[in-house]
Amino acid sequence: MSAAIDYLLHLADNALVLGQRNAEWCGHGPILEEDIALSNVSLDLIGQARLLYQLVATLKGGDCTEDKLAYFRETHEFRNYTLLELPHHGPLSGYAQSDLDYGTTIVRNFLYSALMALLWEALEKSANADLAAIAAKSLKEVRYHLRHSRDWLVRLGDGTDESHARVQASLDHLFPYTQEFWVQSPAEAAAIAAGIGVDVTTLRADWDAIVDAALAEATLQRPAVGGYVTEGKRGIHSEHLGFLLAEMQSLARAHPNGVW
Amino acid sequence: MYTQSFNVPDNAGGKTVPLAPSTEDPVLQAAFDARIDADGRIEPQDWMPEAYRKTLVRQISQHAHSEIVGMLPEGNWISRAPSLKRKAILIAKVQDEGGHGLYLYSAAETLGTSRDQMLDGLHSGRAKYSSIFNYPTLTWADVGVIGWLVDGAAIMNQVPLCRCSYGPYARAMVRVCKEESFHQRQGYEALLVMMTGTDEQKAMVQDAVNRWWWKCLAMFGPPDADSPNSALGMRWGIKRVSNDELRQKFVDATVPQAKVLGVTLPDPDLKWNEERQHYDYGQIDWAEFWETVNGNGPCNKERLATRVKAHNDGQWVRDAALAHAAKKQAREMRDAA
Ligand SMILES: [Fe+2]
Ligand SMILES: [Fe+2]
Repeated sequence: MSAAIDYLLHLADNALVLGQRNAEWCGHGPILEEDIALSNVSLDLIGQARLLYQLVATLKGGDCTEDKLAYFRETHEFRNYTLLELPHHGPLSGYAQSDLDYGTTIVRNFLYSALMALLWEALEKSANADLAAIAAKSLKEVRYHLRHSRDWLVRLGDGTDESHARVQASLDHLFPYTQEFWVQSPAEAAAIAAGIGVDVTTLRADWDAIVDAALAEATLQRPAVGGYVTEGKRGIHSEHLGFLLAEMQSLARAHPNGVW
Repeated sequence: MYTQSFNVPDNAGGKTVPLAPSTEDPVLQAAFDARIDADGRIEPQDWMPEAYRKTLVRQISQHAHSEIVGMLPEGNWISRAPSLKRKAILIAKVQDEGGHGLYLYSAAETLGTSRDQMLDGLHSGRAKYSSIFNYPTLTWADVGVIGWLVDGAAIMNQVPLCRCSYGPYARAMVRVCKEESFHQRQGYEALLVMMTGTDEQKAMVQDAVNRWWWKCLAMFGPPDADSPNSALGMRWGIKRVSNDELRQKFVDATVPQAKVLGVTLPDPDLKWNEERQHYDYGQIDWAEFWETVNGNGPCNKERLATRVKAHNDGQWVRDAALAHAAKKQAREMRDAA
């Protein structure tokens, strides 16, 4: 059961953290249609996170709720990929500020959606029937996210010289973080052993194919990877997650007995 | 959500636009007047007086700008929403307001003005938007109160517009009104739940009501005696019910809701008038209203600058989309040749 909980939290935290990031565009998009599209992506992700946290709360029992899991766990207890917690701009220290960059947003959504389109499909066959049902619902949503981010990746890559340079820089910044996808965590290993989870490394060739085809159409270069491999899914995060959670959790924590 | 701004001329000191004598073709004018008098609809391809067209473009674009600027005060609380359910509801609500902006810009485009032209009006400060959005959202309770009172006032303003003489605007309003009433109920429900919570939560709700009540009354626009623009709007079937009538309707509907909620509306003069069969209410601070309409409210500069920044920061993205579309088209034409 603990194998299931750890694995479900990884999936839930991925969805919540990226949902929180995508919602930062609400009211600030490059064009009204994109404000609406990114709000949609955010809503889908938060909806996925809620279903997964609810499932965890049921498994844990007691007074556990989706909101306890989202609002009252500490940074090191979050199990999301580090990629998903990064701010929408190039590499900067945790407390540095910069403008939202649409290219960063699109590249990140693309790299993650390409993975999840494969992972949710495989999880439809999970031994945990509840997870399989969440996977089926999430698969429909992520296919839209993948199409949306891929379309924009191509527009930006094959757009103007400026957009090409900007989105290539975003890709160079974010691509190394995808290495974390392929290094199995103990939670993933336990979930695979229990028949609940999927071995992501078996999806790698398909992910490469999706990514390479899109990059070719976008006239972008696939960056070389290597060096530090992030470990967000083991609870070791970047400097950015602490700020994201401090903001997200502030009101709930200021009123621990509040009802909303 | 929406506002008083129907009656607010763009870029005028906030008072009135004189009615110029018509220089239009008398035959066409007579047919148009007959259609209006018969409560018929004017459609984009129909002849219409220039002044009617201009008034509509001004009104619909102000309305669209209000929806878009209105995303900001509530968007301010998305990242900090205190539960995942409320976060999802708020994102969906702010997204709906963006959708309202889209339909309204489209409705205004049927009158021959492009979205870029309208946005230029907003960004340059020439065009107005609802001044309710120039007040800050200071606590989470503001989100519920905006839903309850601001969307509630918007519905009062907008339901009559579903019968507006200009077809595309009337049809957009039907869809918008459905969503606004959903927002209103959701906002009220969020407050009802907070009022079952801690003392701090109840105090937060009361404080938000205190700050928003008078601003919401002002949303209906200046008293009828001071808004001659309304008379022309009435003649053209663009405005159906007067500012004061709408305001009274809003007060009458809201007082019982406040009672159920358990909050006090901050007006010592608010009391039932047996003779009028309406609630009497106190004096609205119109000086403050006009200051805010004319750019000197607490958040005018922040709201406008935020919209301008989003637009400017997004220029490279829009340029890329256009450049890519052009390249794609050129490739397709080459392949077809
Ligand atoms: Fe609206
Ligand atoms: Fe609304």
